[in-house]
Amino acid sequence: MNALVCTNTSKFFKRWQKTKSNGNPHLLGRFKSSISRRREEIKAVDDISFNVDRGEIFGIVGPNGSGKSTLIRLICTLLLPDSGRIEVFGRDVVKEHFQVRQIINRVSVEASFFKKLSSMENLMYAARLYGVDSALAKQKAVEILSRLGFKEDRVTESMQELSRGMQQKVAIARALLTSPSLLLMDEPTTGLDPRSKRDVQEFVKEIREEQDTTVVITSHDMDEVDNLCDRVAIIDNVKFMALDTPIELKRLVGSDLENISLEDVFMKLTGKELEEADK
Amino acid sequence: MMNMRISRELIASFAFVDRNFSLLKRYLGWELVFLCYSVINVITIGFIMVGRGDNSDVLYLVIGALMWGFLSVVFHEVSESVSWERWEGTIEYTFMAPILRFTHLAGSCSFAILYSMLRIGIVLALMPLFFDIDLSNANIPTAVVTLVISSLSFLGLGLMAAVLPLMSTEKGSYATHIMGSLLMLVSGVYYEVDVLPNWIRPFSVISPGTYTLRSMRAAIMNNASIAARLPDLVILLIIGIVLIPLGLWVFHLGEIYAKKTGKLKRSG
Repeated sequence: MNALVCTNTSKFFKRWQKTKSNGNPHLLGRFKSSISRRREEIKAVDDISFNVDRGEIFGIVGPNGSGKSTLIRLICTLLLPDSGRIEVFGRDVVKEHFQVRQIINRVSVEASFFKKLSSMENLMYAARLYGVDSALAKQKAVEILSRLGFKEDRVTESMQELSRGMQQKVAIARALLTSPSLLLMDEPTTGLDPRSKRDVQEFVKEIREEQDTTVVITSHDMDEVDNLCDRVAIIDNVKFMALDTPIELKRLVGSDLENISLEDVFMKLTGKELEEADK
Repeated sequence: MMNMRISRELIASFAFVDRNFSLLKRYLGWELVFLCYSVINVITIGFIMVGRGDNSDVLYLVIGALMWGFLSVVFHEVSESVSWERWEGTIEYTFMAPILRFTHLAGSCSFAILYSMLRIGIVLALMPLFFDIDLSNANIPTAVVTLVISSLSFLGLGLMAAVLPLMSTEKGSYATHIMGSLLMLVSGVYYEVDVLPNWIRPFSVISPGTYTLRSMRAAIMNNASIAARLPDLVILLIIGIVLIPLGLWVFHLGEIYAKKTGKLKRSG
């Protein structure tokens, strides 16, 4: 069984946009056009289809606003798709959202904690919501945190006193406390120092080996997904441009695989550099 | 299996209560500010009547201020639970947790009642330091029953108001505060609702605050028994029975809307 099946999924958002002034010379006309707004439909994810195998580490790379986070939020039941279907281990994320929530967890780009509570208090709170026994959760939290290089004596410090890297490690511990079958990581290493980044990447590999966890990871970092992922989807303008193993993606550019990066693949497919696309 | 599920949901519900009390300890400075404000608010209102030499009216106003203190805290704690989580940045994690929405909201409501009781208890305990209040005529069982039954309707109202910040971050919060203020206006917190203009009076008939304050004043000032206050208590109970499921349903609709429009996120 596939861990994740996404079929022709699309998501649109409606936003009010101010209409441009029509150059009306009259005061009333100018006032009317200054307050008139129209509803515009913005595509956030456009007809995306893919499967993720059980135990696979699947990467999604693309610039800001390309639809990565929307896709993750659709999978983790925080958004309803406008069309298409998403299944997690055979369960529909819309109709069976309760069951899906029991087997997934997520690490988002922002740490998202109660800032005044300590990391342990935040973790115990999360454990209770997921029905994990407190004693077991405490033991597991310490194990995961120490594996990530988080000192045990800091678990009682409030989250606001921790660095961004340490907060992100607590976020990873929170997700893994619940032993998810599918772990969704939305730019988990953005803003981390190189050492913390490496710790997180190694840990992702480890949990796949040890717990058979399926991981979907979005990133800006082409090298990260190249090293970490079994398969990578390149997303731009809310559409998947390509999906394959890193090696097969590089073959799209040329045969000198050692000197071709995923950045080159992105350029070949979209005609722009990732940084340029971010702007 | 069923028992396990219920116990899991109860533990999850308790998680919200425990989390909020832990947060309360961390924001103790602000809690002292709010408490200080509540105490001084009740005292200053009471002193208006002390200056006029009418002790029974002191009690009338103090009951109004205390009850409003209790009910408005219940209302705001529930109605602002979504705004609070959005501000902390945890809203997405709470909404994707594998628990029933009822469990989540029951946890928030339980905390609201416990917290309001704690706050009002402290304010009440301080009142004898400022006023010579005669409570020999008070019927405590009637007062407690009124408090419990009225909490239900205010929880229902809070649940309905909680949906507003879910639908629009900033405007929703404004609307919640306006809703709270309007309830105060129409419920006769410091006056009899008869003094309201005719066009406002129908609102006081549907406000649970009206029956709560009337019943509480009768219990504390005139030793009214539960049987004597039964008409008001039954109305309050009916309002509560209607408003809680209605509040849950409205919240459910609001959650679907937020998931369709992408508003279920930290930045709104």
